[in-house]
Amino acid sequence: MGKTLFEKIWDRHDVKELPGGNALLYIDRHLVHEVTSPQAFEGLRLSGRKVRRPGLTFATMDHNVPTDDRFNIKDPISRAQVEALEKNCREFGVTLYDLKSDLQGIVHIIGPELGLTLPGTTVVCGDSHTSTHGAFGTLAFGIGTSEVEHVLATQCLTQRKPKTFKVEFTGRLSKGVTSKDMVLKLIGTIGTAGGTGHVLEYCGEAVRALSMEARMTICNMSIEAGARAGMIAPDETTYNYIASGNRPFAPKGAAFDKALAFWKTLPSDPDAKFDRTFTIRADEIAPQVTWGTNPGMVLDVTAKIPAPDAVPGTSRKDVEQALAYMGLTPGTPITDLRLDTVFIGSCTNARIEDLRAAAKIFKGHKVASGVKVLVVPGSQQVRAQAEAEGLHEIFRAAGCDWRQSGCSMCLAMNPDQLKPGERCASTSNRNFEGRQGKGGRTHLVSPEMAAAAAVEGHFVDIRRWL
Amino acid sequence: MEPFRSHRGILATLDRANVDTDQIIPKQFLKSIQRTGFGESLFFDWRILPDGKPDPAFELNAPRFKGASILVTRGNFGCGSSREHAVWAIQQCGFKTVIAPSFADIFRNNSGKNGLLTVELKEVEVEEIFQMAGRYSGLEASVDLDEQRVTLHLPEEISFHFEMDSTVKEHLIHGLDAIGLTLKQEAAISAFEAKHNPQLS
Repeated sequence: MGKTLFEKIWDRHDVKELPGGNALLYIDRHLVHEVTSPQAFEGLRLSGRKVRRPGLTFATMDHNVPTDDRFNIKDPISRAQVEALEKNCREFGVTLYDLKSDLQGIVHIIGPELGLTLPGTTVVCGDSHTSTHGAFGTLAFGIGTSEVEHVLATQCLTQRKPKTFKVEFTGRLSKGVTSKDMVLKLIGTIGTAGGTGHVLEYCGEAVRALSMEARMTICNMSIEAGARAGMIAPDETTYNYIASGNRPFAPKGAAFDKALAFWKTLPSDPDAKFDRTFTIRADEIAPQVTWGTNPGMVLDVTAKIPAPDAVPGTSRKDVEQALAYMGLTPGTPITDLRLDTVFIGSCTNARIEDLRAAAKIFKGHKVASGVKVLVVPGSQQVRAQAEAEGLHEIFRAAGCDWRQSGCSMCLAMNPDQLKPGERCASTSNRNFEGRQGKGGRTHLVSPEMAAAAAVEGHFVDIRRWL
Repeated sequence: MEPFRSHRGILATLDRANVDTDQIIPKQFLKSIQRTGFGESLFFDWRILPDGKPDPAFELNAPRFKGASILVTRGNFGCGSSREHAVWAIQQCGFKTVIAPSFADIFRNNSGKNGLLTVELKEVEVEEIFQMAGRYSGLEASVDLDEQRVTLHLPEEISFHFEMDSTVKEHLIHGLDAIGLTLKQEAAISAFEAKHNPQLS
């Protein structure tokens, strides 16, 4: 019987089967950031252990970084965490892209950018959005701090083999509908625990048609469906991305050709069996807007806020809680929701194509009065590219705030935060209570939808607006 | 890691599904570089009012749950961020085990690495525990990992069997050091590395 993409990668990294049926899995790239690593390095220190493969370990700082004045971290505890990473990387010989580096950025943006993320490899990071890297046909998943320490010390993890789940998007997307809408629609359909214990493989005509960056958006949010990881088989789009741009760690010349021959063997075999399969018609997907307090609470932009007993799979009490927190009345059209803030950024949607898409909407328009708009590039390289293309001028002319790279308002561990009660259209990945600031109300959307909402001051159906 | 064999304690119930790690420990407490000091931050934004006083409307603040060490909650507990601080906060607030119909993968992994037992019961069984905890104030339960059994100490005891990954069970019962165990596989890892190119996997 044939193998899936996931099984091919798993088998190549299976160092040894352990008693009890777990595998000792080899890790090719370990990405590290400042929030989930200090206790792991401290653990190494206390037990007198070293980083086994510092050459396969890469660090950056992103969560705590102020996006206006990056060298001036006013919060002393944030500063201490950033300094701890500098010290740990120095002491253990780990490459660090710090705030002075032109290559710094959100960890899941810079991995692919630098050519660290390659098909057929295993990538882990102490961050749930590590699933992003799966867009390259990479097995990539988030781990906790104990496992970060485990990988630092052994370059391996003990893992129970997850199940496989094929998600096929048939047909083509309508104009104005993006990969963000595809993944939100999926989560809304299978639920936030729909993928638990599984690795998703996205396939089908609509996935093949997506750019590399759009694919990363889908894989990024696999974790919001509860999945262990999300993957897309590599193809010409993948190879062209890796061969282009300034990617110091990507193979070149003969090494590239050799890698390419290997990458072409990775896609799931036609007779491979998946534990589960699910099909969605891409041509029927409308622009999505989340209304509640988890990414599964999502509706078409044309819909109305649901009644407490009208949300399948969610208890009345949980819906009432979400509506109360979000300050919403059932029956209100989503397009009537007025916004205080618009955030364009995060590891989900802050790559150059996302910024181009937003800039296209903003061009020749002004941000609605009373709306504050933050545009935060995912990396310093994205920022430089956007400025080379003049996108920052478009954002500024429209009245947006153009920032330096970092996680920013996606999780508000830095000065970029919503105030209590503020309603925000956000291109990020989580609409959990307090995620963007205590009491803040987050609606997840695509960059196009966020930009159009900024201009109108409320949500609009981008398909009619274009 | 502290071994876990069995535990008896008061049950506390949290009647919400999809409790994410942002709620378990909000982001403002993730800046610490220590492994301790998170207990007081557990469910902070739900538990504490803006004036710093406990919110009486939040279930776990109910006096009848004082001293509770077994948390019972709804499905997909611990979803969202991979922050292990969530597990540390639950433990440091005094909980030894969490019972729910399902857990998010990363949270469950993190729990196992820290000696926090996650018990998965059927939805109807969890519902029954909710009912009993509502009816009997200060209800105690025993969780026996050896036997894989939860027992409610009612006038007439009720007990539930739970499934458990054999490896996680052994790690918990013996308080094993996972890294130390993997380091014993040095020969296998080195042999693997000799033939494996991480650039071209």
